[in-house]
Amino acid sequence: MELLAFGDTGWGDELFRATLMTIAVSITAMLIGFSFAAIFTPLKLSKFKSLNLIANIYTTVIRGVPELLVIYLFFFGGSGAVMFVASMFGYNEYIEINAFVTGSFAIGIISGAYSTEVFRGAIQSIDKGQFEASKVLGFSKFKQFYKIILPQMLRLAIPNLSNVWQITLKDTSLISVTGLVEIMRQSYIAAGSTRDPLFFYSFAAVLYLLLTFLSMKLINKLEVKYSRGY
Amino acid sequence: MDFELMINSFPKLLNAAVITLKLLSVSLIVGLFIGLFFSILRLNKNIFVNKFAYGYSYVFRGTPLLVQIFIIYFGLGQIEYLRSTLLWVILKEPYWCAIIAFALNTGAYTSEILRSAFQTIKPGIIEAGQSLGISSKIIFYKIQIPIAIRQSLPAYGNEIILMMKGTSLASTVTIMDLTGVAKYIISTTFKPIEVFIVAGGIYLFMTFIIHNVIKFLEKKYSFN
Repeated sequence: MELLAFGDTGWGDELFRATLMTIAVSITAMLIGFSFAAIFTPLKLSKFKSLNLIANIYTTVIRGVPELLVIYLFFFGGSGAVMFVASMFGYNEYIEINAFVTGSFAIGIISGAYSTEVFRGAIQSIDKGQFEASKVLGFSKFKQFYKIILPQMLRLAIPNLSNVWQITLKDTSLISVTGLVEIMRQSYIAAGSTRDPLFFYSFAAVLYLLLTFLSMKLINKLEVKYSRGY
Repeated sequence: MDFELMINSFPKLLNAAVITLKLLSVSLIVGLFIGLFFSILRLNKNIFVNKFAYGYSYVFRGTPLLVQIFIIYFGLGQIEYLRSTLLWVILKEPYWCAIIAFALNTGAYTSEILRSAFQTIKPGIIEAGQSLGISSKIIFYKIQIPIAIRQSLPAYGNEIILMMKGTSLASTVTIMDLTGVAKYIISTTFKPIEVFIVAGGIYLFMTFIIHNVIKFLEKKYSFN
């Protein structure tokens, strides 16, 4: 227990901050994933074959290649890509992107591929009559989506999105290879300096279990909220 | 694009893919037995046995695979007693540590898949076996298990692909698998995109093969 003391003598406060970092990265990655899903879900459902193909390549490649490989691509290639874009605008200095941005982007792209599949499935399982009825009633396209399709889609998507959230949360442990101090990296540092890896990695496991447990409780509440009336 | 590097690194990465496949196949076989064992425990009526099996699958599914590997590889070596036993021969090798972690992890997911498969078997099928006078042991091995395997094929196929991606974590404990070699080449040449295309292509090819084999098996063992 001494090892977990707050302050200079223990690792309690460091691990607490690391846990907050894990939560921050997971939420950022999830939101980045949603924005990718917002782009690729319409492409998947589009009538045009070429647009379908683009979206299918995205989801197949990301879901068929290990997360760690994607993270290495971003870790080693991220600043190069940004510098290339910057050089087109005449900026030639060295740019370093911080680990938080690289990490949440890499995990976000992975999470986005899973979210895209979830949203596609949810929209496809909405009754066709709902689309037709909203059209007949003269709703604008914008209102059709926000008032009629989206609420129904969310209800169907939430159980599967909770799986995506679990995957995303666990994937953030892989960002530790880039040096971002989240739970895994902090445990690695603590294990190295105290020579007590068994304790610190087990404690990390407990922290992850706690995070998954608490987030499941929260998501269950959301699920109840969105299935009112059913 | 550095095509020369892509061509040169291809045989190296292909060799490393063999290690990935070895890790995958050994941990899947061991994991299948662990999964079968725990799924049977889950169906047990004794509440302690039941809760123990549930706890196992909850812990291994709720924590990242990376933590599990690190606990086994770095953590267990710390226990003095273990170092003096015969187990140490296995636990000091990163290769076997990775396999133990993968097998326990995939075992947890497999136990859930098999449990739900066992629960969806219609009671009528078991009752038919009983009324034919078949012993409950043979009903289990000859009727319930084959049906459960067929039921769980699609989900298990997903699990195989997830596990294949999971073996990439072996590179964090010094094993030079496909991801490990890819990382080494990237960090020596600083050409991440080229290496990613080749290594990712090999992974995608393996995913493609697994996907189609499972599809074939599903068709072969379908009920109609």
